Amino acid sequence: MILAGQTPLKVSIAATIASLLLLGVVFELIRSRRLRERYALLWVLTGIVLVVLSAWRGGLNTIAGWVGVETYPPAVLFAVALLFILAVLLHYSTVLSKVSDENVILAQRVALLELEVNELRGVSPPEEPAPSPTRAAAPAAPAR
Amino acid sequence: MKKLAIVPALNEERAIGTVIDEIKAFDPTFDVLVIDDGSHDNTAEYAAAHGARVVRLPYNLGIGGSVQTGFRYAFTHGYDLVARVDGDGQHDPSQLGSLMPVVLADQADICVGSRFAGAGGYRSSGVRRVGIRILAGTVSLLTGQRVTDTTSGFQVLNRRAIALFAQDYPHDYPEVEAAVMLHKHRLRLAEVPVTMRERAHGNSSITALRSVYYMTKVLLAVGVAMFRRRATPVEDA
Repeated sequence: MILAGQTPLKVSIAATIASLLLLGVVFELIRSRRLRERYALLWVLTGIVLVVLSAWRGGLNTIAGWVGVETYPPAVLFAVALLFILAVLLHYSTVLSKVSDENVILAQRVALLELEVNELRGVSPPEEPAPSPTRAAAPAAPAR
Repeated sequence: MKKLAIVPALNEERAIGTVIDEIKAFDPTFDVLVIDDGSHDNTAEYAAAHGARVVRLPYNLGIGGSVQTGFRYAFTHGYDLVARVDGDGQHDPSQLGSLMPVVLADQADICVGSRFAGAGGYRSSGVRRVGIRILAGTVSLLTGQRVTDTTSGFQVLNRRAIALFAQDYPHDYPEVEAAVMLHKHRLRLAEVPVTMRERAHGNSSITALRSVYYMTKVLLAVGVAMFRRRATPVEDA
């Protein structure tokens, strides 16, 4: 087996500080209720993994060896961070899809309820209005 | 038998009145429900003035979302039969006469008016034509049934189909995915040749570039849909 390179100490320290900062920001967002725990979980996990890998140089070197990164172990840090970011993004897409589905249902319900309310109140249908000023009126085209 | 005509409309104030009148002329026992998908003109007022019930969506949901609103209404109000007629005057309500018997005789759960099944005379731009062909081919392949017009919104549905679509209806170009959904739920689809009119007013909401985009999206949706189980629990009607 080829011996893996070593993680420079400075890189390790800088990465640890950055990861701790990330964790701190996430914590503060949760504390001030700007981030729901449900959506924060992945971020917290990301932060913890990054802190561990940054601080524990031996571990990072070993993992780099496993995946065949021979010259520069911190590259594994990038790869891990990238993976987690992708996971977070994918999670957002699912959340967004769910929210827009719910939005559609909500709009349909509101519209149907509005119709029912109007009918219950006995709102009479309006007179035929004048055509919108932006469009010139034209007779309906006959069947071909 | 309670019958409802669902008419989705977006900025169709000049066509909508005629469409409603024609439906009433074809069969006065039809209740007409216009779904105004966030129009900026007086579509809703015109529709109401012509005696339709009008659902006004708070914002634009697209064709799938608006049509489903109609299905939900039909389902909760106990309608036995729904006719879908576009609000732009493309569909000739008198031709419901050839769609309805198929469903009434219980030969199909949904009967679609197809521009390409026979009596043709329909022209459309090259790109769209190719797109329609590809979609029809794909759906035919997936459902094992020859389907010629997967983009036609001119349809008659029975209570079973209404119940299914009230629960679950696709979004863009919904008819394509709906055909696959029907197949998955073992509902029967039939096609009947119809002729459609040129649009009376305005432009079709689908331009060449957008149809390519939609087609890719629909193909993805349909491809994935085949791997779905009969996911939608539907009350037997």
